[in-house]
Amino acid sequence: MQYLVSVIDDKTNSGTPDEMAAIDVFNDQLEAEGHWVFAGGLSSPSSATVIDNRDGQALFTDGPFLESKEYMAGFWVIRARDLDVALKLASEGSKACNRKVEVRPLLGE
Amino acid sequence: MSEVEVRQAITRAHHEEWARVVASLTRRFGDLDIAEEAAAEAFATAVERWPTHGVPPNPGAWLTTTASRKAIDRIRREAKRDDKQKAAQMDYDYPPEPLGPIDDERLRLIFTCCHPALAMETRVALTLRMVGGLTVPEIARAFLVQKTAMAQRITRAKAKIKAARIPYRVPAAEELPARVSGVLAVLFLVFNEGYLATGSDTDPVRHDLTAEAIRLTRLIRTLMPDDGEVTGLLALMLLTEARRTARVSASGELVPLDEQDRGAWDAALVAEGHRLVRERLAAGVAPGRYQILAAINAVHTSARDVRDTDWSQVVALYDQFVRLDPSPIIALNRAVAVAELDGPDVALAAVDGLEDTLAGYHAYHATRADLLRRLGRSQESRAAYDKAIELAGNTAETAYLTRRRDQLG
Repeated sequence: MQYLVSVIDDKTNSGTPDEMAAIDVFNDQLEAEGHWVFAGGLSSPSSATVIDNRDGQALFTDGPFLESKEYMAGFWVIRARDLDVALKLASEGSKACNRKVEVRPLLGE
Repeated sequence: MSEVEVRQAITRAHHEEWARVVASLTRRFGDLDIAEEAAAEAFATAVERWPTHGVPPNPGAWLTTTASRKAIDRIRREAKRDDKQKAAQMDYDYPPEPLGPIDDERLRLIFTCCHPALAMETRVALTLRMVGGLTVPEIARAFLVQKTAMAQRITRAKAKIKAARIPYRVPAAEELPARVSGVLAVLFLVFNEGYLATGSDTDPVRHDLTAEAIRLTRLIRTLMPDDGEVTGLLALMLLTEARRTARVSASGELVPLDEQDRGAWDAALVAEGHRLVRERLAAGVAPGRYQILAAINAVHTSARDVRDTDWSQVVALYDQFVRLDPSPIIALNRAVAVAELDGPDVALAAVDGLEDTLAGYHAYHATRADLLRRLGRSQESRAAYDKAIELAGNTAETAYLTRRRDQLG
């Protein structure tokens, strides 16, 4: 089972050196314990472009599809046996990056 | 067997077997929704068949087998639709779970229903449905919400458990303390639903629910003997349960604490409750809410006669409780004790200050009615009784309030 762990923040690329170091330690732990799938930081929503090509004529719109004060500033995709494991890992991730996180299961499996 | 006896057998089976059937099917099929639906169908089949075919010698085994068949039928139907053959291989002749005390199974069910990833109100609703076997309308009534809203809440919870893969197991030792307080809150609510059952065609006290809450709390205490709040909640339940038979008269009317026949209290339960309260006092750790409530009940049950009640001790304990939790319901209960210590006029002033938050709560009006009665303000008292009767959902309480109102001069 895979879970998306979104980092919730009102700014991007704002991690302090201490936070970045803690995230590295956490990532190493995810890899060592077989939970790691993928992770990344995201640049700000203002750099986003929305594309609508449902009718075959791609329409590009500047900006995110949803404006909000807080947004997804980064994420992990982790592999976990069940939600208890995912919540435990997400708690450690929240501590490491010093931000709130949201856990959401991926469909499938 | 008469029609009444069959009906009683069905009711008894529902009280005794519901949680077991749901728990065992959930483990077997890994799906709460399938387990719940199949259990409900099995009981509906019992209602249909038992009056003509007779009550089976082992109702629990019959219900589990019937529910398993219903579940397999559903899985096959869905497998056909999804074109997945794997699930359809299941065998009807899977041996039923032995029907002994399979406590861990029900404990597993309760920890899943009380999972912290679910909202508190959802946990309570789910536990009452899955473990307590209450119907959706009964739960909706307990929460004062619409039936459809409650059905939706339960459906969403089951979907989340499945989609997010909330595990069906007792948490590991290091997770237990945090997980237990959520379970205790739920069990206390289940106990209260049993102690003051709602519904005009329901027994005023549903011993099955109080017994179930006590049984599960005992089980958690054996798992976590050093958790003060687990012990406190068990003591509170026992000291409350001890007064159960004295609390409703032969004519089905609620008997308030000060009018109860104290000789009819269950001495063994009182002794056990007192022993647990003493154990917590000896631990010397700041008490939580259940330990304080248990201590208050210990003071009441220590008095052989209501006139011997140590009201200053009761008020002191409520003061401690209010500091811990400044909720208006606790302030209301404190006022009841204040009436005994400082007089009904002092208590009434405190109660009147709670109107904004408690105007929709029957106990607020019942308390006011009693205080106004004692102050000789009959007309206002009558109006407060009317309001309390209108809001009360418990038959014994309604009967008591009605008599009190009609006795007013």
